[in-house]
Amino acid sequence: MKIRGRAWTFGDDVNTDDIIPARYLSMTDPAALAAHCMEDADPAFASKVRPGDLIVAGSNFGCGSSREHAPIAIRGAGVGAVIAASFARIFYRNAFNTGLPIFECAEAAGRIGAGDEVEIDTRTGGIRNVTRDETYATSPIPPFMEDLVRAGGLMAYLRERIASGRAPREGR
Amino acid sequence: MGMTIVEKIIAAHCGRDAVSPGEIVMAGVDIALGNDITAPIAIEEFRKAGAREVFDRERVVLVADHFTPNRDIEAAEQCRLIREFARAQGIVHHYDVGRAGIEHALLPERGIVVPGDLVIGADSHTCTYGALGAFATGMGSTDLAAAMATGTVWLRVPATVRFIYRGAPGRWAGGKDLILHTIGRIGVDGALYRAMEFAGETIGRLAMADRFTMCNMAIEAGGKCGIIAPDETTLAYVRPRASRPPRLFAGDPDAAVERVIELDVSGLEPQVAFPSSPGNVRSVREAGEVPIDQVVIGSCTNGWIEDLRIAAGILAGRKVHAGVRLIVIPATQAVYARAVREGLVETFVDAEGAVSTPTCGPCLGGHMGVLAEGERALATTNRNFRGRMGHAGSEVYLSGPAVAAASAVAGRICSPDDL
Repeated sequence: MKIRGRAWTFGDDVNTDDIIPARYLSMTDPAALAAHCMEDADPAFASKVRPGDLIVAGSNFGCGSSREHAPIAIRGAGVGAVIAASFARIFYRNAFNTGLPIFECAEAAGRIGAGDEVEIDTRTGGIRNVTRDETYATSPIPPFMEDLVRAGGLMAYLRERIASGRAPREGR
Repeated sequence: MGMTIVEKIIAAHCGRDAVSPGEIVMAGVDIALGNDITAPIAIEEFRKAGAREVFDRERVVLVADHFTPNRDIEAAEQCRLIREFARAQGIVHHYDVGRAGIEHALLPERGIVVPGDLVIGADSHTCTYGALGAFATGMGSTDLAAAMATGTVWLRVPATVRFIYRGAPGRWAGGKDLILHTIGRIGVDGALYRAMEFAGETIGRLAMADRFTMCNMAIEAGGKCGIIAPDETTLAYVRPRASRPPRLFAGDPDAAVERVIELDVSGLEPQVAFPSSPGNVRSVREAGEVPIDQVVIGSCTNGWIEDLRIAAGILAGRKVHAGVRLIVIPATQAVYARAVREGLVETFVDAEGAVSTPTCGPCLGGHMGVLAEGERALATTNRNFRGRMGHAGSEVYLSGPAVAAASAVAGRICSPDDL
């Protein structure tokens, strides 16, 4: 699959309060959350973002709380993928679990400018900056995470495992 | 090659003799925790997956603490959803208003988490329980749903960074100052994906409240968990309250750690994190002239009885500055009751501070002290991100309870020695 869109750029340490402020956490509907996505960091973002657009950020993207509302709001806003130099670990899990494609690539994070047209080949992880005619390679995701994606997320993965009798029942 | 305490706990929970950093394992979960913000999504995912029963009704814990007592109709609906799920599933540990408190103070207090446990919680500050010698880490709602259904979780075994503290901190410096100092030194992603192991003579002398505070903020450095090996202090806390037998793990002397960071904290001054990052830390002496509009003393970081005693000791016989609103929030009902019995609540009220029922409330800009544009708060909470406590144009500074209480009196950030 290919994801293509314009880049919205942000700096380091974009936190979950930037992505979706806590005052909206009484909501769970993706469209309602999307209306406030990145509100305190860039008030224009939610109204101007177009389906398929990409968020490109520096290191430690998604730091802060465990709120799954953050990847849900980003996906609800139509964002096709997030590219960052690095991700905070809970956000990293949540993105895989909720089906938001994310790509860790310091080179892409450093080179892509605001508004650049960017295309990602989700199969190879290759990132092409159409505007600047550059390509950036990402390291492949761990095989286990690949299994999660292939199954359609964590819950689907576990359903598969349970159905096939391979559900882990480790002792405490 | 030996194993660290974290590696040993994880190995014991996946039926293995050994695990090593970077490995992905499926581990059994002792406690799976959700709150009024994260549990509703988890319950929805649990149902969507076709799950019928939680894996163990004594090991799924649901606490209504963030927007409670219900701040609005939406919050009320979320709490009702949890209440109905808890009833239908026969959840033993479901805590509602009047019986609850902030989850990360409540679970240790009630002995629900014990040393050696593997705990996952749909709340980033789940790492607090590392102070008990448990492996505890925050996750999202879908991970909680999976754990509620199967009693297992997938984990990447973290590498360990060991922090060794030596020396006696200054009079007004406690666990909060130690951890702010540490985050200031390594940065907010300084321990990304890593286990933060706190050790050394300074930690050995710390009371449990200070240890909880330190492990609570491991996430603010990107850590997967914070952990302190259990000792006599831990056991003295755990013995009278443990709901299950504790399992005491200790790291091997030859265990490989990724990095050792030694910190001499002799005479450490109280620390303050400036906006808008917990890593933007200075000592209170270097704070300069920072007038404040509000002070919040509470949260899962510093809402323990020990914190309230420190604050009351400074506020006794004094009044909160005319330009400041002081809000004090005991972390749990038990802490509240104790604060009443010890006369601390009277001290706060006499000083013209407001005392709230236990709630996360203002820490995340929920209710009970939301900031207007341009307002500035000093809080004993754990995050000072832009807009964290209200308007995006407001500011939050972080400190321990001593500096918070002194600053409430002075109307500006200062040390108790400045009063």
